[in-house]
Amino acid sequence: MTDLATHLPVLQVVVPLLLAPLVVLLRPRGLAWAAATAGSVMALLIAVNLAVAVLGGTDVRYELGGWSPPYGIALRVDAFSALLLLIVTGASSAALLAARRSIDAAIETDRQPLFYASWLLALAGLAGILVSADAFNIFVFMEISSLASYILVAGGPDRRALPAVFKYLIMGTIGATFYLIGVGLVYMMTGTLNLADMELRIHEVADQRPILVAAGFITVGLALKAAVFPLHVWLPNAYTYAPHAVTVFLAACATKVSLYVLMRFDFIVFQQNLAGHEAQFAAFLMPLAVLAILVGSAVALFENNLKRLLAYSSVAQIGYILLGVSMVTVAGLSAGVLHMFNHALAKGALFLAVMCLATRFSGLDLNQLAGAARRMPWTMAALVLAGLGLIGVPGTAGFISKWYLVTAALNEGPLGFFLVAVVVAGSLMAVVYVWRIVEAAWFATPATADGPGDEPAPREAPVVMLLVTWAVALANVFFGLVTGTQRELAERAAGALLGGAP
Amino acid sequence: MSPEQLILAALGVPLAGALLIGVSGRFSANLREAATLLTSLALIACVWSLLPGIYAGDRPATQLVEVLPGIDIAFRVEPLGMMFAALASGLWLVNSIYSIGYMRGNREKNQTRFYVMFAVSLAAAMGIAFAANLFTLFLFYEMLTLATYPLVSHKGDPATVRSARVYLGILISASLGLLLPAIIWTYYAAGTGDFTPGGILEGHVAGPAVGLLLGLFVFGTAKAAVMPVHRWLPAAMVAPTPVSALLHAVAVVKAGVFTITKVIVYIFGIDFLFSEPSSGWLFYAAAFTIIAASVVALRQQNLKRLLAYSTIAQLSYVVMAAAILKPLAEVGAAMHMLAHAFGKITLFFAAGAIYTASKKTELGQLNGIGRRMPVTMAAFTIGALSMIGVPPTAGFISKWYILAGAFQADNYLALATIIASTALNAAYFLPIVYAAWFRPDTTPADRAHGEAPFAAVLALVISAALTLAFFGYSAPAYELEAQLVRGQP
Repeated sequence: MTDLATHLPVLQVVVPLLLAPLVVLLRPRGLAWAAATAGSVMALLIAVNLAVAVLGGTDVRYELGGWSPPYGIALRVDAFSALLLLIVTGASSAALLAARRSIDAAIETDRQPLFYASWLLALAGLAGILVSADAFNIFVFMEISSLASYILVAGGPDRRALPAVFKYLIMGTIGATFYLIGVGLVYMMTGTLNLADMELRIHEVADQRPILVAAGFITVGLALKAAVFPLHVWLPNAYTYAPHAVTVFLAACATKVSLYVLMRFDFIVFQQNLAGHEAQFAAFLMPLAVLAILVGSAVALFENNLKRLLAYSSVAQIGYILLGVSMVTVAGLSAGVLHMFNHALAKGALFLAVMCLATRFSGLDLNQLAGAARRMPWTMAALVLAGLGLIGVPGTAGFISKWYLVTAALNEGPLGFFLVAVVVAGSLMAVVYVWRIVEAAWFATPATADGPGDEPAPREAPVVMLLVTWAVALANVFFGLVTGTQRELAERAAGALLGGAP
Repeated sequence: MSPEQLILAALGVPLAGALLIGVSGRFSANLREAATLLTSLALIACVWSLLPGIYAGDRPATQLVEVLPGIDIAFRVEPLGMMFAALASGLWLVNSIYSIGYMRGNREKNQTRFYVMFAVSLAAAMGIAFAANLFTLFLFYEMLTLATYPLVSHKGDPATVRSARVYLGILISASLGLLLPAIIWTYYAAGTGDFTPGGILEGHVAGPAVGLLLGLFVFGTAKAAVMPVHRWLPAAMVAPTPVSALLHAVAVVKAGVFTITKVIVYIFGIDFLFSEPSSGWLFYAAAFTIIAASVVALRQQNLKRLLAYSTIAQLSYVVMAAAILKPLAEVGAAMHMLAHAFGKITLFFAAGAIYTASKKTELGQLNGIGRRMPVTMAAFTIGALSMIGVPPTAGFISKWYILAGAFQADNYLALATIIASTALNAAYFLPIVYAAWFRPDTTPADRAHGEAPFAAVLALVISAALTLAFFGYSAPAYELEAQLVRGQP
């Protein structure tokens, strides 16, 4: 067993990657789902083990085939990647556990094995990004996860997903290409692809123009993939028209992984090595973060489709994460990293609840959901609980990261007060858009009262789906009260990023 | 039970009661009402058995969970919170008796939801009363807002929902937008948010920032309805009358002025605030609210709206008394919370009884109603006299202490404000009393009516008796609140 434990970093990728082609062969109904879910849960267990190992002391390193870098491929799991691995595998597992009935309804039986295989590939790709210590491997895994998620988004019955995914594909490819150009330039100047080596060598050539160009390409490319405002335009439609289960998975983690790469590259390779990069980074990203919070929330105020509303809320939430990061202080970075975790919990639970709603309602416009709470009280209660987390009401996980964010902002002096005002304004808008859902579900009466035929059966979502939704919703409260583990991971991640050690 | 367990029981009993009420409501209305009364009796037992210890100087405390280092959910009983909890739990029983009469008399829908949310609101009020720090207080403050929303929007028609949205919108946006930043600022500056006798902010905040922070606290606590965050109170008048009583007397507005008083006494410290000129504006804001709200009340034609504006003025009495920043005035603030609660709950009970018996809501319809509903209008008269501050009613006692505090501070503007508002109170309450007793009855014969259902009348007799009793028997309350300023740990 100890033998196996040393291989955990690579197993994190290998398990879903190898399971994917096997799943394609599993034709009997339900078997593909079972295999994919088992693989995802196994990945979650591996992630938990890795997190325990990281919490216990040092980062976990792994050399593929025993070849030491720079010749071989190195994998490395530190506090930051361990936390993100928990988010990714957790979101995937929760979505798969809950989603069987939803996917049955959305995708024909004979195409399901392919769908689940793509899912596992996306999972493998995201996990691969997180364990890689090598800029080029990150690109490879990024492409794997992106291509797989294009398939996932387009896999549903909604034809509107096709133009959405085309936009996603084009913008995602531009982002990845920008990243590749940047990595290529850095490789040209330093002769290495290993992030740790890059950090050591880059300051010799730090004043060279190709490095500065590389920094620009990498930052913008990854910001595109992370849907940083104003590069977010691919996100709302992709989330809205994707199958509900896919939305749960991607909304909880996809953009966060891109942000992870952005932060790792910028803080470990560029920060402290490029003169003035710190100030540039903050001056470039902080206004975007502020705009993301304000514009994203404002659009969500007027959005009428539940999934689009939540998607725009995601744009705003990415702004919160980025706001913390752009302060370039330990407190700010901790807040940002912590918000990744807490937002994944809240959004995951919200989209799970949406999935539950979608099993009984044909449309997800707010006016179509009138009276939903009477038909599905448990689903709507979970949705409200998660909504409170999204707002950041004390007692939920969302509050913890907002608290960190505000405290970090207050350290910034006069500018801090403005940032606090932005966070407060964003939270207030969150109150309003969450409240619109509540009001529609609880207090509105259906416009077409009991029309024949289109009246959905007055019953709750399938039990398993509901149980998973509630588990994640309650996790919002649990992690709002018991905060030790994720705080330690986030603070250590922030310390490592600013300390420069990989 | 040990005092620590009693604290948790005071929180747990209403929540367990809510469950019980919800389950029993499926079977029988009588069973459900029995559960409500039983729960409120159990709560009274829990809360009131804490009293002797507090008199003796004990301050039982218990911690539930530590959320972040230095930020925890913890409870600690001190005189002010003890008084609020004792008041809320006691009036809940009276209010429950009244609710039974009112809700049945008006054949309201969704009665089970009503009683369940009422119990949840009481649990939130207990949490506010016993909170040991700002974080815990905020948690339960928000819970109270959310739990009262279904009560305010009880009727469920579009106009009601619109008003209830104003209620929720103002309370939530003020608390998240102003109160929460103030709390975070406090934790950030002082490193703690624990309620500590003498305050925690001295030496950590200075100059104009003190006035700004105080402003965030006062306007963030919109439940205290200091102008201009008072609009939710008239809007909430769409609620059934027992809910109005809950809002105005039992829990909600009391939670607001309680929070402000507690913040002034235990977070800022009255000596620190008194020495800081930038905090002076609060007194003027409160004085302005008293006069302005009284003038607005003068022009109201709807009985419940008039009472709402009267509440806004009376709440600012408490805030103004607290803002005088002298020991006697702080005691006066605490006493006025009690006195106003007794008087105002009587007035609302009477207004609701009138509505139940006759569907009358406007002042012009009340001519001669004293002869049809003598018990109700006698109680109304007592409540009105208490609002004006005429002996032998509760209002006289608390005004006495506030005035004494104003003398202690040589604050003659406070004297003038109180005198002016007393005149205004008399000007809008006495005509109602006069019309009810001495004008000829104009009710058409086919709409003849007598008193409201027995349970409602019983409740308003009890609350009127309390209003009178407090005049002669306020010493225990004074003794309790005197500990507040004697700086006992």
